[in-house]
Amino acid sequence: MTRFLIRRIVLGIVTLWVIITLVFILYYARPGVDPARELAGRAVTPQLLANLNKEYGFNLPVIVQYWNYLKRLVPWPGVFNLGISNNNRLPVTTIIAQAVPIDISLAVGSAVIWMILGISVGVLAARRPRSLWDRGATVFVLTGVSMPTFILGLLLLYVLYYLLTIHGIAIFPKPGSWTPFTQNPLEWAHDLILPWITLALITAATYSRLTRSSLLETLGEDYIRTARAKGLSERRVVYRHALRSSLTPIVTQFGIDLATVLGGAIITESIFGLPGLGLAVVQAIQVQNLPVVIGIVLVASFFVVAANIVVDALYAVLDPRVRVS
Amino acid sequence: MSLSTVEAKASEVPAEDPAVKGIQGRTPLQLVVARLRTDRVAIISIVVIVLIVALAIGAPLIAAITGHGPTDTNVDTGTDANGQPLPPGSAGYLLGTDNLGRDILVRIAFGARVSLLVGVLATAIATIVGVVVGLFAGYYGGWLDSILARIMDVVLSFPYVLFAIVLVSVFGSSLELTILVIAFFSFAAIGRIVRGQALSQREKEYVEAAHSLGAGNLRIMFVDILPNLVAPVIVLATLLIPTAIIFEATLSFLGLGIALPTPSWGNMLSDAEGVGFQAWWFYIFPMMFLLLTTLAFNLLGDAVRDALDPRTERIFAGRRKKKPA
Amino acid sequence: MPDPSEDGDVLVRAEGIVKHFPIKEGIFFKHQVGSVQAVDNVSFEVRRGETLGLVGETGCGKSTLARCIMRLFPLTAGRLTFDGADLSTLSRSQMRPYRRGMQMIFQDPYGSLNSRRRVGSIIGDPLAIHKLASGVERRKRVQGLMEVVGLNPEHYNRFPAEFSGGQRQRIGVARALALHPKLIVADEPVSALDVSIQAQIINLLEDLQGEFGLTYVFIAHDLAVVQHVSDRVAVMYLGKIVEVADVKDLYATPRHPYTNALLSASVVADPDQARTRDRIILSGDVPSPINPPSGCRFHTRCPKAQPICSTEEPLLKRGAQDPSGHLAACHFPVADGEKLASEKATILHTVEGFLAEAPT
Ligand SMILES: Nc1ncnc2c1ncn2[C@@H]1O[C@H](COP(=O)(O)OP(=O)(O)OP(=O)(O)O)[C@@H](O)[C@H]1O
Ligand code: SF4
Ligand SMILES: [Mg+2]
Repeated sequence: MTRFLIRRIVLGIVTLWVIITLVFILYYARPGVDPARELAGRAVTPQLLANLNKEYGFNLPVIVQYWNYLKRLVPWPGVFNLGISNNNRLPVTTIIAQAVPIDISLAVGSAVIWMILGISVGVLAARRPRSLWDRGATVFVLTGVSMPTFILGLLLLYVLYYLLTIHGIAIFPKPGSWTPFTQNPLEWAHDLILPWITLALITAATYSRLTRSSLLETLGEDYIRTARAKGLSERRVVYRHALRSSLTPIVTQFGIDLATVLGGAIITESIFGLPGLGLAVVQAIQVQNLPVVIGIVLVASFFVVAANIVVDALYAVLDPRVRVS
Repeated sequence: MSLSTVEAKASEVPAEDPAVKGIQGRTPLQLVVARLRTDRVAIISIVVIVLIVALAIGAPLIAAITGHGPTDTNVDTGTDANGQPLPPGSAGYLLGTDNLGRDILVRIAFGARVSLLVGVLATAIATIVGVVVGLFAGYYGGWLDSILARIMDVVLSFPYVLFAIVLVSVFGSSLELTILVIAFFSFAAIGRIVRGQALSQREKEYVEAAHSLGAGNLRIMFVDILPNLVAPVIVLATLLIPTAIIFEATLSFLGLGIALPTPSWGNMLSDAEGVGFQAWWFYIFPMMFLLLTTLAFNLLGDAVRDALDPRTERIFAGRRKKKPA
Repeated sequence: MPDPSEDGDVLVRAEGIVKHFPIKEGIFFKHQVGSVQAVDNVSFEVRRGETLGLVGETGCGKSTLARCIMRLFPLTAGRLTFDGADLSTLSRSQMRPYRRGMQMIFQDPYGSLNSRRRVGSIIGDPLAIHKLASGVERRKRVQGLMEVVGLNPEHYNRFPAEFSGGQRQRIGVARALALHPKLIVADEPVSALDVSIQAQIINLLEDLQGEFGLTYVFIAHDLAVVQHVSDRVAVMYLGKIVEVADVKDLYATPRHPYTNALLSASVVADPDQARTRDRIILSGDVPSPINPPSGCRFHTRCPKAQPICSTEEPLLKRGAQDPSGHLAACHFPVADGEKLASEKATILHTVEGFLAEAPT
């Protein structure tokens, strides 16, 4: 188990290093690139270029630049430094720290909905294969996988916000509303309800499919038949025994989805004007605010890599077979 | 007697059985086609796909008949007396006009070209690369496999919208880059399946038999193993097409895919979002066509899977690559 | 040992063949922690036109030895000559021309045929690989082969799934014949088939041997089948050949205690003989080929074992009263008429008596 974990963590670090290096090459060392120029963004002045060249040492050999770039990413107080935003001269870490609560809020709320919704639809479908329930679940899943996130978001906005509001029923907040949880939890939930639903509906489809197929598989296995034969109630069989052992693929999927949302739900945030990492990166790209783009990419990558490690570890706990391979 | 029973029998009964004579020399492909022809859902989705392909091919014809090019701002007829866009059903504009007076029908038709082109080309590239990478990884194993499998895992688990927009922001948006970026983030879905299958196929005795006959590695991979992987690859490729279409629409919606004024369904929607919800027809048609297309391909993919292997459960089986959150 | 004057007669000569499969372990970099000694220092020869039977319990290395002869993987050590050419260290591509002379028939009639390819293309595969015939010419030759092995040439376009197990094995035979090889290594070619069909395939193989002047290495764990088809028989135990002899010598006067045990356990063709022979029950399990016993590998289970057996490895050699080709690797070979002790022999008698009376 420890060996397995060590292996995973080292592989995760290697993955992160590869990404960090690729980002470096892409932005600073790609042939024909003038990194100072790129970093300066739209508001370029000779003074700024000179400052940047000095600050980042773009005149130094590439390998030295790379070393300095890597050094600044060592996660240690006082050393770790993602640079300064071109727009407002704030440290990128500050910008990220401001955005992350939005992504956490988005992730927590939508994850609760998508897990409950996805798993219950999957269980319903698996308990009565080929029934009307199953067909309903089928439609739900197919629509979910065929629906682009931005279309669902726009549809929800159009029907639940726009149509209702112009008819005087302003239940849902307008895009761009955001209240921190600490300020007013109710307002917080109210402002996030549409983004939550959007993310959750799209994501739940996968969970329904996963739950149904893995539940059907376990329900067919011997020990479940034994449990049934022993006279356990069907409820108990499904919920206590089968569902628990069907959890493995769901846990895997969950970790990765959660990390992805934490690293910025780009489309949902863009549509609903939520100032999280996703919106920040899109806006930064539009104004070529390079330090912010790179900072967010690295943070998002870190979330995903970390989630992969956690998931692998959980997986190994849940299913001892994987440790061997 | 249904076709599947015929096939099931064929594996048990000696060839002299008259029931088997009927399907003599029938390739698996022919069997699949025969099964698809009896599947209503499959037929409907094929019809929808054919219609959309016809729309795409006939786009210039529609432009010629209506007299409106896809980017013409029809200054004289495209807006009403107050300079407002025309609703659907207006004279000469079946689906209305947008805020610049452009014919939405014509733009939808040209948008279909982009969607299908990107969907099919990106999937084709992803499939070829995925098959080659997966075969090499699975067949050779060892360090080559370790590296390739790790790369595919990383690509698969990545927040790929984020990486796509980073790439596009660095290299500038274009049709070619859009296709390449989508292909890059999709090949791993095919590659991983092919790798897994190749891993198990290479242990089969027929591979050893080919080796003992003097077949080289390439011949074994592509002549012996590949035909055994056709079924899952076809299913996955069919399911990758809608994913690629959604991906393109998403990138274009974010202003990072197909650049305006060239119409694509995604950038038409981003255009519409800039205007607001008053003109519902700006939204509804691109949404409708986009959904119809992705739904048709997803349904077809499931039907093909069903036809290839009647035992697997429809829709839910397998893990599909998810779309951006 | 092998008489040099006979060399023209020898098609395959194996000297000290070793095949170890490494066992690897490690978190990041795999390193070898041990090896499966599947075949260990085996020497034998196959003479032109004969059938050499190879028997032994499951896992004793028969298939591995067959793959060594076919050079389907690199040898760990040893020298292998085929038709005068040294194949021991040839690379995969260097081996290709020699594959025309040696072919293999596999145990599994399902797994060994590619289910996605048509029978015609499967049988024609060797012709395509060695670029010997194409188009109509290939088709004609393939249909000829199908006829030779007793398949209907009109079934050229069918898929393997449309044939029965016996017919599939015929397809495998046709494929092996396509290149007119000198040697055919048949790895348990009939053990996956029904008994009634086994006979048909064996008869087919015998007919083809006469017709095409083939040499066979015939692997089986069924002693009766081996007795029927073989001219000479080699017995394997835990990666070693422990006895080799002409078929009638081996069955009449087995010298190695393990051969005795094997013969006593099997229902031999002649039921009277089977009942008169005492059943020898070997104690203990087959040891692991990862860590085989020292000295004579059989000493952990041998009823005749002595201290020397665990320290000194017996070499294959001819007993004083045996004919020249009869070799056994034992310090204390079983003499004519000698009975090997077995504690459970009595119980077994009753069981066997019971079995003999059971309707078959
Ligand atoms: N590729 C391999 N890697 C590791 N070990 C192997 C490999 N192939 C065979 N072995 C091991 O080598 C030993 C001999 O195997 P082999 O298949 O040659 O036996 P066999 O006599 O053919 O048995 P059977 O009668 O079951 O076919 C076994 O212990 C087996 O587990
Ligand atoms: S050498 Fe010893 S242990 Fe080995 S078979 Fe002969 S008597 Fe038995
Ligand atoms: Mg074997």
